[in-house]
Formats: sequence, structure tokens, C-alpha cells
Amino acid sequence: MLDLFARFGRVGLASLERLGRGHLLLLQILLGLTSLLPRLKLLAAQIHSIGVRTTTIIVVSGLFVGMVLGLQGYYVLSQFGAEDSLGVMVAASLVRELGPVVTALLFAGRAGSALTAEIGLMKATEQLSGLEMMAVDPIRRILSPRFYAGFISMPLLAAMFSAIGVIGGYFVSVGLLGVDDGAFWSQMQAKIDWGEDVLNGVIKSFVFGFVCAWIALFQGYDTIPTSAGVSQSTTRTVVHSALAVLVLDFVLTALMFGG
Amino acid sequence: MGPSGTGKTTLLKLIGGQLRPTRGSIEVDGQDVHKLSRKALYQLRMRMGMLFQSGALLTDLSVYDNVAYPLREHTNLPESMIRRLVLMKLEAVGLRGARELMPSELSGGMARRVALSRAIALDPMMVMYDEPFTGQDPISMGVLAQLVRRLNDAVGLTSILVSHDVEETAGISDLIYVISGGKVIESGAPDALMGSSSPAVKQFMGGLPDGPVGFHYQAPSLSEDLLSMRGAK
Repeated sequence: MLDLFARFGRVGLASLERLGRGHLLLLQILLGLTSLLPRLKLLAAQIHSIGVRTTTIIVVSGLFVGMVLGLQGYYVLSQFGAEDSLGVMVAASLVRELGPVVTALLFAGRAGSALTAEIGLMKATEQLSGLEMMAVDPIRRILSPRFYAGFISMPLLAAMFSAIGVIGGYFVSVGLLGVDDGAFWSQMQAKIDWGEDVLNGVIKSFVFGFVCAWIALFQGYDTIPTSAGVSQSTTRTVVHSALAVLVLDFVLTALMFGG
Repeated sequence: MGPSGTGKTTLLKLIGGQLRPTRGSIEVDGQDVHKLSRKALYQLRMRMGMLFQSGALLTDLSVYDNVAYPLREHTNLPESMIRRLVLMKLEAVGLRGARELMPSELSGGMARRVALSRAIALDPMMVMYDEPFTGQDPISMGVLAQLVRRLNDAVGLTSILVSHDVEETAGISDLIYVISGGKVIESGAPDALMGSSSPAVKQFMGGLPDGPVGFHYQAPSLSEDLLSMRGAK
């Protein structure tokens, strides 16, 4: 019995310690901005590898999600004779929810896992120690650029996802289902609010970018330097990111649209 | 020097400030390594070179860029000057021709030679070598040993070399500490150690199977282990 308590205690302490390490790392990463600014090339390179290389999956997914929204929306709305509002429905769902959330989930799977594996392997092969002994702080030189690149890329990717999604919805509803072209766009223009819808979606994706990049980098930096350790951390990155994104999405939605 | 698992690499990591001692203090050039501020520690590290057992080269950069890395990070030298320095450092380890290769294309021994030229890129005051001779063929082993010695004399370096390669190490060092079980058991000039009367040192220097230092990792007796009926591993 006492053993059980002791085990609970150990697990609790270990996770608290981990949480603490995660926050300390975050602080150091954020402070790394000072040494990042004179080296914007590093940031650009990371935006390329984290952001630009994720665009394919974002564009393709966005297109299909938008097309499905068009189909499903038409099915419901046409029962009330409200097909003309299809544009609003597609755009609102994308900009408010699906854009930021699905992008974040795809980002965690595509870029987050890659980041964790990269950093984890660098740790396992002593590259991080090597940098330290060359008097180069790996957190500032390796982790910070990746973090800020993720933070910047996420909203851009989400915007791309939403834009392509709207186009996909347009193809299906106007092209296939015969919704009126003018009604589709003008309704959207009239009903989608810049601050309420678009800006809130952008804020969400900034938050998701922050959290996903943080989780991925921490998991990599804190990995057990073995093959099993790196694989575990990579999995954990995807799972933790997905859970964090979905929970945070609920919290943010409640704050933004609840009141 | 000392048998595997006695804390030689740990000692180097302590000196470099990568690990914290639970007790005691470590001074490098009169400064207590573990009481320095982060900035001061990094400044001190700029004057230290370290050669890792695995080489620890940056796998995404070519041999040339790896050696140039510390120069680009810590100096404002123009690229033409960096090129000359890099080629000179690579020439010293005999790998000037391999500058275009990526670390994955190098053998373990070559990678460690590249790492050596990177460690000395900033002309440090002290270089720590972690097993530099492991995995080297006899020719490069001899050349490397001489290189370590010549570097040491030419630039006035302090070299700390961790190894269990008795012959090569004894051939180039001024002072040898033999470590066993986390403790220094003997120290002195190579010749003195060769004639040491301590059984552990004798065993290690002579590479003898029998002596106070066991070959086996701590374990219950073999017969007991084999006959034990429990399902444990």
C-alpha cells in the first residue's frame, strides 16, 4: 500500500520536474531572440524547412476539407432553401475553427515530429554537447530559430489552409452543385467579420504555433538519448501537441465566442 | 588513463562545465568552473577545445564547414582568411582533401581527426581529448600521437588526454594519472609508472588479465547465477 503511494509520489514529482524543465527551456528559448535578430538568415532557413516544406500537405488538405464542407453544407442548407449562405458557412468554419485547428494538427505531425527527431538525434550524437564545448549555446543557436520559425509559420499556413479551403468549397458548391456565384461571394463578404472571425482565427493559430513548437523542441531536447528514447519523444510530440491544440481550442473558443 | 567505466569522460565533462560536481570544485586557469556566470563560462570554453569520443561533428555541415564553424561563430574574419585557417587545420590532420565530404561519409577515425582540427580551430589554451586513438589505424595513430605532442609544444597548449591506449599515451605524455573506481590511484611520469609497484597500476600498464582490477562487471558468482531457479533475467 505504502509502495503504491510512494510510486504515485515519484510519478508526480517527476512530472512536476519535467514541467519545470519545460518552462525553463521555454524561457531560454524566448530570450534567444536577442541573439537571433542579428542572424536572421538562421530564421529564414528554418522558416523554409519548417514552414515552406509543410505547404504541400496544408494546401492539399485545405482543398479537400473545403470541398467536403461544400458538399455537407449544401446537403443541410438546401433543406431550408438557404444554399446561398453556403459561402458564409464554408468560410466561417474554416476561418474560425478548421483552419487553425487542422493546420496545427498537420503541423504537429509533419513539422513537430521532424523537429523532435532532429533535436533528439543531435542530443544522442553529442552534437549539442559539442556545440556547448565550442562555446556556442545550442538553445540560442539551434532551438530558438526553430521555435520562432514555427511561431511565424503556423498563422501563415493556417491562412493558406483557409484560403484554399474556401476555393475548394467554391468549386464544389458553384461548380458542381449550382449555387449562385454572386450569392456565394457577396454573402461571405457581408457576414464574415474581420475582427470577430478572421482575427480570432489568427490569434488561435499564433497560440497553436507557440505551443506546438515548444512541445516539439522540449521533447527533442529532453529526450533519452537512445533510439527508443527518440522514437518515444517523437510520438509524445504528436500526442501532446494534438491534445494541447484541441483543449486550447475549446478554451480559446469559449473566451472569444462564448460571451 | 584507467580501465573503462571509471569516470574518465565524466572527468572531462566536469572540467568543461557540462556536468556539475556533487562535491568539490574544479579550477581552470584559476577560475572555478562551476561558480562562473553563464557568459564567463562560455568565454572560458572559447579557450578550451574538446575532442569527443564520437567526434560530435554537425552532421548537416560538410567537413570544411564543420571546421569553419567555430571561426565563423566567434570571429569576424573574412571568408578568405577562414578558408586559409580551415585548410591549415585540415592539413595538420591529413584531411585537406576530404573537405567536401559530409560527416556521414567519414569513417569513425577520420571523423575524430576532423573533430580534432575543429577543436584547435580557435587556437585554444587547452585541449581535452577523449579517446583520440580509438578506431585509428596504426599509421594515423602514430601520426595523431605526434600531432598531439607537436601541437602541445608548438603553441604551448595544455593537453588533457583520456585514453586506455597505454603505449601511445605513455609515449607522448609528461604526466600520467591512473584512475580506477573514480579515484586517482597513481600518478607520475610514464617511466615511473611503468616501474610502479602498485599491483593495480602494474596490471593496467601491462595489460594483464589477473590483478586487483577485475575484468568482469560486478556480479554474483557464475555457478550461483546459472543454478538459480528463479524466473529472473
